[in-house]
Amino acid sequence: MKIKQQGLYSPEFEHDNCGAGFICNLKGKRTNDIIHKAIDILIRLEHRGAVSADGKTGDGAGILIDIPHAFFKKVCDFELPDFKSYAVGMVFLPPAANQLNICKEIFEKEVKKQGLEVIGWRKVPIDSSCLGKVAASSEPITQQIFIGKTNDISEEIFNAKLFAARKITEHKIEESGFSESHYFYLPSLSTTTIIYKGLLMPQDINKYYLDLNEPEVVTKLALVHQRFSTNTFPSWELAQPFRYLCHNGEINTLRGNLSRMRAREELFKSEVFGENFKEILPIVSEGKSDSAAMDMVLESLLHTGRSLPEAMMMMVPEAWEKNPSMPGEKKAFYEYNACIMEPWDGPASIPFTDGNYIGALLDRNGLRPSRYTVTKDGYVIMSSETGVIDIKPENVALHGRLEPGKMFLVDMNEGRIIGDEELKESIVSKLPYRKWLDQNLLPLAEVPYTGNKTPVEKIDFVTRQQLFGYTQEDIDTIITPMASLGKEAIGSMGTDTPLAVLSERPQLLFNYFKQSFAQVTNPPLDGIREEIVTDISLCLGEDLNIFEIIPEQCRKLRIQNPVISNDDLDKIKYIKYPGFKSESISILYEAEKGLNGLEARLDEIINEITIAVDNGCNLIILSDRNVNPKLAPIPSLLACSFVHRMAKNHNRRSSFGIVIESAEPREPHHFALLFGYGASAINPYMVNEIIRKLVKNKEIDVEDSEEAVQNFNKAIGKGILKIMNKIGISTLNSYRAAQIFEIIGLHNKFVDKYFINTPTRIEGIGLYEIEKEIQKRFEKAFNPPESSTDLDLEIGGDYRWRRNSERHMFNPATIAKLQQAVKQNNYKSYEDYSKLVNEQSENLMTIRGMFKFKDLDPISIDEVEPWTEIVKRFKTGAMSLGAISQEAHETLAIAMNRINAKSNSGEGGEDPQRFNKDMDGNWRNSSIKQVASGRFGVSINYLSSATEIQIKMAQGAKPGEGGQLPGPKVSPYIAKIRNSTPYVGLISPPPHHDIYSIEDLAQLIFDLKNANRQARINVKLVSKVGIGTIAAGVAKAKGDVVLISGYDGGTGASPLTSLKHAGLPWELGLAEAQQTLLLNNLRSRIIVECDGQLKTGRDVAVACLLGAEEFGFSTAPLVATGCIMMRACHLNTCPVGIATQDPELRKNFKGTPEDVINFMYFVAQELRQIMADLGFRTLNEMVGQSQKLEMNKAIDHYKAQGIDLSKILYKPKIKKDKPLHNTEKQDHCLENVLDFKILKKAHPAIYRKEKMSLNFPINNMNRTTGAIISNEITKIHGEKGLPENTLTLNFKGSAGQSFGAFSTKGMTLNVEGNTNDYFGKGLSGATLSVSVPKLATFKSHENTIIGNVALYGAINGEAYINGIGGERFCVRNSGAKAVIEGIGDHGCEYMTGGIAVILGKIGRNFAAGMSGGIAYLYNPNDNVDVNNFNMELIKLEHPSIEDQKEFKGLIEKHYLYTQSKLAKNILDNWKENSGKFIKVMPIEYKKALQKLKEEKMKQDKSELKTA
Amino acid sequence: MGKIRGFLEYDRAQEETEAVTIRVKNYKEFSKKLPNEDLKEQGGRCMDCGIPFCHSGCPLGNLIPDFNHAVYKNDWKKALRILHSTNNFPEFTGRLCPAPCESACVLGIVEEPVAIEMIEKYIVEKGFQEGWIKPEPPEHRTGKTVAVVGSGPAGLAAAQQLNRAGHLVTVFERDDKPGGLLRYGIPDFKLEKHIIDRRINVMEKEGILFKTNINVGVNFSVEKLQEFDALVLCGGATEKRPLPIPGADAKGIVQAMDFLKNNNQVVDGLKELSEELSAKSKNVIVIGGGDTGSDCVGTSNRHGAESVTNFEIMPMPSTGRTIENPWPFWPFNLKTTSSHKEGVKRNWSIATKEFVKDDQGNLKALKTLNIEWVKGEPGQRPQLKEVPGSEKEWPCELVLLALGFTGPEKSLAQQLGLKLDERTNIKADKTYQTNVANIFTAGDMHRGQSLIVWAISEGREAARHVDEFLTGHSGLPTKGAGDLPTV
Repeated sequence: MKIKQQGLYSPEFEHDNCGAGFICNLKGKRTNDIIHKAIDILIRLEHRGAVSADGKTGDGAGILIDIPHAFFKKVCDFELPDFKSYAVGMVFLPPAANQLNICKEIFEKEVKKQGLEVIGWRKVPIDSSCLGKVAASSEPITQQIFIGKTNDISEEIFNAKLFAARKITEHKIEESGFSESHYFYLPSLSTTTIIYKGLLMPQDINKYYLDLNEPEVVTKLALVHQRFSTNTFPSWELAQPFRYLCHNGEINTLRGNLSRMRAREELFKSEVFGENFKEILPIVSEGKSDSAAMDMVLESLLHTGRSLPEAMMMMVPEAWEKNPSMPGEKKAFYEYNACIMEPWDGPASIPFTDGNYIGALLDRNGLRPSRYTVTKDGYVIMSSETGVIDIKPENVALHGRLEPGKMFLVDMNEGRIIGDEELKESIVSKLPYRKWLDQNLLPLAEVPYTGNKTPVEKIDFVTRQQLFGYTQEDIDTIITPMASLGKEAIGSMGTDTPLAVLSERPQLLFNYFKQSFAQVTNPPLDGIREEIVTDISLCLGEDLNIFEIIPEQCRKLRIQNPVISNDDLDKIKYIKYPGFKSESISILYEAEKGLNGLEARLDEIINEITIAVDNGCNLIILSDRNVNPKLAPIPSLLACSFVHRMAKNHNRRSSFGIVIESAEPREPHHFALLFGYGASAINPYMVNEIIRKLVKNKEIDVEDSEEAVQNFNKAIGKGILKIMNKIGISTLNSYRAAQIFEIIGLHNKFVDKYFINTPTRIEGIGLYEIEKEIQKRFEKAFNPPESSTDLDLEIGGDYRWRRNSERHMFNPATIAKLQQAVKQNNYKSYEDYSKLVNEQSENLMTIRGMFKFKDLDPISIDEVEPWTEIVKRFKTGAMSLGAISQEAHETLAIAMNRINAKSNSGEGGEDPQRFNKDMDGNWRNSSIKQVASGRFGVSINYLSSATEIQIKMAQGAKPGEGGQLPGPKVSPYIAKIRNSTPYVGLISPPPHHDIYSIEDLAQLIFDLKNANRQARINVKLVSKVGIGTIAAGVAKAKGDVVLISGYDGGTGASPLTSLKHAGLPWELGLAEAQQTLLLNNLRSRIIVECDGQLKTGRDVAVACLLGAEEFGFSTAPLVATGCIMMRACHLNTCPVGIATQDPELRKNFKGTPEDVINFMYFVAQELRQIMADLGFRTLNEMVGQSQKLEMNKAIDHYKAQGIDLSKILYKPKIKKDKPLHNTEKQDHCLENVLDFKILKKAHPAIYRKEKMSLNFPINNMNRTTGAIISNEITKIHGEKGLPENTLTLNFKGSAGQSFGAFSTKGMTLNVEGNTNDYFGKGLSGATLSVSVPKLATFKSHENTIIGNVALYGAINGEAYINGIGGERFCVRNSGAKAVIEGIGDHGCEYMTGGIAVILGKIGRNFAAGMSGGIAYLYNPNDNVDVNNFNMELIKLEHPSIEDQKEFKGLIEKHYLYTQSKLAKNILDNWKENSGKFIKVMPIEYKKALQKLKEEKMKQDKSELKTA
Repeated sequence: MGKIRGFLEYDRAQEETEAVTIRVKNYKEFSKKLPNEDLKEQGGRCMDCGIPFCHSGCPLGNLIPDFNHAVYKNDWKKALRILHSTNNFPEFTGRLCPAPCESACVLGIVEEPVAIEMIEKYIVEKGFQEGWIKPEPPEHRTGKTVAVVGSGPAGLAAAQQLNRAGHLVTVFERDDKPGGLLRYGIPDFKLEKHIIDRRINVMEKEGILFKTNINVGVNFSVEKLQEFDALVLCGGATEKRPLPIPGADAKGIVQAMDFLKNNNQVVDGLKELSEELSAKSKNVIVIGGGDTGSDCVGTSNRHGAESVTNFEIMPMPSTGRTIENPWPFWPFNLKTTSSHKEGVKRNWSIATKEFVKDDQGNLKALKTLNIEWVKGEPGQRPQLKEVPGSEKEWPCELVLLALGFTGPEKSLAQQLGLKLDERTNIKADKTYQTNVANIFTAGDMHRGQSLIVWAISEGREAARHVDEFLTGHSGLPTKGAGDLPTV
């Protein structure tokens, strides 16, 4: 049972992630035992799943096995033919008997129509007693259908007919209108495999499905899966596995994939299905999960003559575009297939099977763990973690892991594993793809130039600029930096202008759209450091029937950067090349006719395109050139999206590519939108003209205008990449038409017509008002007022306040009044300020400004809880020391501590001296310690000093992006706190590299809770559509607090495009989170916090009524301490000493704790007055009482008229006694943590520093081992921990995730066996080692022994790893020294310090973003592939004698801890081997070390002199 | 914008001035232009603020960061264009404005603010020098006629704006030359009069008709004004505040404006300096510590006064900002003008109680009492308290009364049937429209005595509303919202 859409909750935004795995017998031997082993795997992965509020309902689990022919033969009361000549379908049916029967009848009829025979039905024996309440309420009736062949048809035809019968039945029942039609679902229908699944806990799969315990139910393979859904109403059919695959991760590009899939269907033809193909369509049914959709498409591809692995390669290609080492044939295969299908972009680990083969594949980013083990007795086990089945070390033949983009396949007929290379080679060499490409694919660069040129426009330049709304600011702030440097402009602080729909100035249509981004359920990517997996090239032209594998499929125009110059456009416009034909379609309309003219023109455009396409045209150029006093431009986005949509309705979308020739787009956001709604190439001709003029007038420092244009195009390309990466998409091919945006302020009717499926939740304006805005600009351009002194272009004021331009919330008046208020402790001035901010009935800025309080029920203000109680719920925002100065940072902390409120450290660590109170009573400790993706300074000591730990998933100003602290801001003090090197820039990655999905977040929460059991764990999210389900996921992942941030929060530096266009106001996010949490019965378990430009008591009141109980302020307290919104934080020139590290400027800081306290007091007082008016005595009473708000009817604004806020104010109908606020604590289930057992024995070491050594068995369910002990040691001994090797712990087995996390000095943790992901996370001084079991026979340097993302954010300590590590080894390591025998891709990424000695292979993209630390690579055969290094920041050197001494010492210790044979070999022949190392040295780091050395020498000298 | 670290690299530069001993011998302006390179650097000090408070502090809404940037980039022509887009007469404000922009300048929080006013002056001077400032008559005429009464900065601004909108504008001035206070209130050493002529010349060529020596309602009947489609009254607030104490009829007690006006006419060669209005060899006491008082000081010194003394009833302001007047609000700081530097004894918290005459009725001294200002309840004004026993007599032969103005002269308003507001200014709504539909008012006549920059601002804003009144809509610019509030 699903909850219906209501309020802001919509089921389409549910996400899931999970644990997955399989086990099979290499030789194809069938046993019942495999089923139990497989279920055991799931049980051992239970921490990766989740449980509903009822405590019993899992999010779904299931198992795929062979059809147990012998068993069925025995139990069926009808005759069965031979194995494989019949199919078994597992069918979920409605519980209502009548509907059940009708469904069965419909199905039977369709089966017969296909010429097949229904042999019989079998009721599947089940035991419902194990179901949770939620699961039981939606339980279907499960039966099995047995279908036989009537004629002697081939297996292929039989499968096709089964497919058709099932599809048609699904569609028919869906359309039937039965009240229980949603129950009908076929988990499987196959001649080889069968799936038992449901809303079950893993351990209940075989309790529920009794078949599975029958000894005769045997199988050679078992694919298992369990879900972790972000909310608690998952459904039976969405449990996995699906028919051919299961999936751990998320398909980010789903919307684009589905949209393109739908377009392709118009061309579908297949001999197998013949005439009635149309009945099968659509391939993907509505309302299914991403994994289900992927399965359905895969299934259809299998009917196209492609094998299962080939179809998988087509859907999830590895990163081929920028891989110079990839063999040409393989590249050609991928390139060819890229012309047919865009990647289904992960993160995804996908085990798949068709019953004959079983295999798995990892997407290009490799963000999901996939470990496998092959045993000597013939089993292959693959799962998200290693150690899920106990295997004796001597039985292990191989421990491996799936690598990014790689696939492996178990051929149970041949009894062997086919590796990636062999498998793919056989597939890619089947057809002459390279030849086909050479003959058909046309790169834009090779299009012959015809000499034709677009004529110069008749209307003068200035008029046209005015018409398209250009301002001087656009040119200076947006275009100039891109044209001169090829980089996007950076800004700082949050945006505080009105939403487009509330602005009184004509807006470009683009401005009503907000970019979406990844948080929690999937990771954003780093397209700069991980460029190798990204690509923005596009192919355009006509698509063909996907079922045909023919050369013509790649007759496409290929554009490397689809932002094209005027010259390139001319090439396309006047193309004369066989197979290509282009036509320009004007998107101008008759201005005089207004709205009707616009609508009429849009229809004409569709007609013109249809005719053009029918005449063989495959490149359509939508052009807004040649405006004149009669013709006005249609917004390019509107035209593009409409054409994309309508051509589909006319079944012509596949026949052409859309090229945009428009004066409108100028920012990355604009381009991203055009691509996102279907464009394949864009020529911003007006920007080209502007740049040419800038060059001509020498207004930019580029001499050649062509170069400047290219710079701009390049910068836009990078900008688009960044926007794609925010949502976790790597290629523009999959981003195209994916529509990953949310609209704010356009009404549903309009959106349904022009931007279907894009969420828009507060209604707003439509085409009428949009046309009016065009007319405004049109009027101004063509009938300018007669006043000779007017500037050609308006100055603009979107980024910097100007009168006569866009309004800003923080403006001279509000800042002046607020500063006056706090300085003079003058409530009257505060009231002036808050009035200016709050009273928006005339000057609308925000959603909250549109509300009015209602149902007043005044009480005396004396009855309201005192301000001192209220401010305990107030927090200052996360601003790092680094972003702001020490003075400002400490002032906030002192102030907040004085009033028992909380300040937030931000992500830059904190000086331990601040953890204790000063002599004068001031306490500079930030009670909230932030853990962000950079993990700077996140040590056990830091975590132990927190009362709240905040995981920053995203930041309002730039959700989905990382950060960068430029070198000049990294002062020696900052560097010390961040454990880095002074003057070397620091990078925070876009994702947390230990959170790629919801179950990973649960793991990090668990880690942090272990590190400090007293601290609340707070998860910071940014408002976006679907945040409700994410918040529910956070609650289920055991977060104590969830923070919903608005898009308008501040930042120390961010691309301007992100500041303005990414994320949504908190009003939407908060209300959605509150509603979803209530619907899922999770609200009482979690505290909800809100921030994002909270400025006044009224803001707080609105947030509280919408569901928040704690509140964060950042910009306003900064303003109180003197910030004047210079917006120069990124330049280090803040004149008032706040956002700067310049020692001179820091002296200008004049803020005091009193300023901050006054501000908090004023806000609380204002809030108390509102509480009194509304009749609330305490904030708890007030939380979520949204009925006290209504839309202010007095608003007189033509655009705001259409806005409807009812969804925000919606209050789910829940029982009266259910609380609307937090009332209970999360159960973190720490009691079973291994550390407690250890603690019992380790007292002498911890308290008395006595050396001791203890032994324990360990398995993968023992997670985060060491953190609690480390926390205990830190509480007693502080940062310095224990003396070296005081407490030695020896473990045997497979350690769970986060082994050794945050372990402190004096601890030594040794594992004999292996470990999982996040080994040594945040290592704080301990020594870790993992060694191959003594009884094992495999070679250590050929076997994976630890998981991905080891030593993430490690600060100090050592690690010795006797085997291969996974992806991102030593990511963001700042001080640990490690020795390992081989690693995966992206090694030493973002590393800033420490040493990595790698004695074996490295993967691709080594040292990306590595700004500090050193890596030594053992290169005995001198065959390290240089393509594997990311050379942006590093140099390869020969180690010096000193270096050799250093790494020799480490290798010796490696041998000491692990008895590594490899280490021994190297050491035994040291003379010979010492020269076989490569030193990887970051360039900046080297310079900084030199600089420090010189400084020190100078200092020493001067000290000598003074002495 | 500007130079990113410019404010850290360059200090604020001042124009050099002629030595006092030399400059008091004539009535010429006495500042010396900085080299262009230095001016560029001064422009480069501008910090490209996210919120340019200067732009808010300027009543005209001058696009200060934008012209500063243009100057830094050496693009003076662009700078001029930006400057002129909000300000008709930068040559006046660039010399005379007390520069609320500079007191609101963000850089002023931590060091000397950007030299905005100076930059402004040299932008416009460069414009004239290079011939960039040319008459720009409108391309089309609307056929509507407007009369502007008064040719002070408000009237001139209104006239120019309305002319640009295509209306035929006639400016009436009761004095013999246009300019209002610019002409006869401001001494030449602060504004040489050819600067006004230069601008009037441009305006005339743009098609504006100036009719001088016409005192509407006196030598020109108000009925005649009805021929115009609209009227903009910019007559100023010229009702001088008297000092009605014993002996006020003594010879030698002169209103500052009479003194200054006469002197300007003398400098202009229109008349000779009479003994009565000369300060030569006299002990001069200027009562009133404002700008007019300061002008009187400068003028008296140029006359060759024996001594110059200045009284101000308010206490001596602090030299820096106080917590009562935090940035960016207008600071009521001690202001020492160039005239003060030319020689004056300044006294604060002092009240004149009586003028002492000799037998001929000539002034020979005045008597004062010291004042104490007692702080009242919060929100209440401080109370004046005389200090007993602090009587003092000051010998003097000339007293100049610079006590400000009480409002516009009332006769014109009466004749036109206009309502007044509680401060006796002509009452108008937000659109500068009076209770008579086609009569508008702007400048001091509307808001009471104020700054030139406010006068220009009012003239411009009023013009837009007049244009709207005449044609139904207006393309004339407005400064938009965003004026800095008062403390």
